[in-house]
Amino acid sequence: MARRAHGAPLDQAPGDEVVAVAEFDSVGLRYGTGAEVLRDLDFRLRSGSFYFLTGPSGAGKTSLLKLLYLAQRPTRGRIKLFGEELSDAPREALPPFRRRIGVVFQDFRLVRHLSAFDNVALPLRVAGASDEEVEGPVREMLAWVGLADRASARPPTLSGGEQQRVAIARAVINRPELLVADEPTGNVDADMANRLMGLFTAMNRLGTTVVVATHDVGLITATPGAQLIRLENGTLVDPTGTLRNPPHPPRGDG
Amino acid sequence: MFAWLFVSPAERRLLGGPRFGGPTPWVIAIMSFSIMLIAASGLALASTAALVSRSIESRYALEVPGGANNLDTLVRTVRSAPGVTAVEAVPESEMRRTLERWLGPAAQGAELPVPALIDFDAAPGTNLSALQQRAQSIAPGARISAHGASVGPLLHSLRLLQWVAFGLVVLLSIAASAAVVLAARGALDTHRFTIDVMHGIGATDLQVTHLFQRKILIDALVGSLAGAVAAAIVLLLLASGAALAGELTGGATLGLVDLLVLAALPFALTLLATWVARTAVLRALRKAL
Repeated sequence: MARRAHGAPLDQAPGDEVVAVAEFDSVGLRYGTGAEVLRDLDFRLRSGSFYFLTGPSGAGKTSLLKLLYLAQRPTRGRIKLFGEELSDAPREALPPFRRRIGVVFQDFRLVRHLSAFDNVALPLRVAGASDEEVEGPVREMLAWVGLADRASARPPTLSGGEQQRVAIARAVINRPELLVADEPTGNVDADMANRLMGLFTAMNRLGTTVVVATHDVGLITATPGAQLIRLENGTLVDPTGTLRNPPHPPRGDG
Repeated sequence: MFAWLFVSPAERRLLGGPRFGGPTPWVIAIMSFSIMLIAASGLALASTAALVSRSIESRYALEVPGGANNLDTLVRTVRSAPGVTAVEAVPESEMRRTLERWLGPAAQGAELPVPALIDFDAAPGTNLSALQQRAQSIAPGARISAHGASVGPLLHSLRLLQWVAFGLVVLLSIAASAAVVLAARGALDTHRFTIDVMHGIGATDLQVTHLFQRKILIDALVGSLAGAVAAAIVLLLLASGAALAGELTGGATLGLVDLLVLAALPFALTLLATWVARTAVLRALRKAL
């Protein structure tokens, strides 16, 4: 297997000009004084692509995602997001970039005392939308994830799957350019998992770059055109190992 | 600039909980109550000191220790001196009544020598030594003393107490600020999860701060106004008691400016609490990414 050129996109063919959403250059990450949990990460994420991030537990998937959604700074190396070098950017410069990223957390991270509606509306309100501007898109998004009738329910009264869908609706409500999801189907049944992946695929078709961390090989093989990032012990393994497109179109997609 | 004061119900819901909750309004109310009472005392002391100072600054007394047979001549001499504006001889009967408080009936005895006393007002620049020399030529031993010199220690004490009161106001304000900082940090810890989520979706520190700033402003305003109203009731009761006490406390009054200062105090305390909370929250948020 040929070695991938330094910092080249994971799915770049020779001579291919790409617009990168994220660029990692010799990135390393350690927490405190511990050993590095991520080492020598060199890759670019092509704008509008769909990536799966895989690897065994403890490989550093969540840490890599944290770097992507700006919850963590690298301890070495450079990270560019949307063409801007953000490794050492002042923290005041980060919020506008975070608004361009949707995140689905493994533990949902819904605000417990807010209704499903208010949780989904949060990114729009943070971006300055008025109550009137929020109403329509949030209702539409809740309907899209099948929770139109649960708008006023608070997270503790929702099932795990419903909370997951609220979290996804919140992540995609402002049409992010980059969508990052950490085990988004870990708490739902196979049917719902397929539906959620359908949402991600639809977002991707609209131009959003999607990065999904998952152990679920079924999801990976059921997503045509998706690329694979595999982490082991904090390093990229087989960085040229783009996902072989599944031989058949997925069933029950959407 | 003040848009953060007017947020939608949805934004108010972000921090959850009751509109007026926790110990902050109570702490602020107690601080406001204490500050108002102490400030009112300080202002009343300042007012009294100014009143006393004004009333005696041009007041002098011509005293003849052994008494004077020619009191009328002395009064005419003082009245004719350039710069003297008012002259009043203190009657011997009044002097004896005053002495009676200490000496009892013996004060009325003819064998008790009672000093002669002439009070007079003199404009600044009056040649008092020349006047004293003229008085001594009529009544040897006559001497002029300024009222200010005898009341000076009392005035000094009044002014010292006034500054002690203002110092206490400052200390209580600092204590109120410290309580607000603790309340703000407590609120940050309580809402840490919500803050993390908001940061994660692109909220700026100022957006997060405004939520806390507004809540603490409301808590501080409610608390300081409640404390101020309670203090006003106490002050009114004290004022009516002072009116009954008559001349003993009649001089300790609050002027219009003093009342305006007192009325502004709860709002000043609210602004201080809000600014302190904003600073504390912003500093705490800067520790996160």
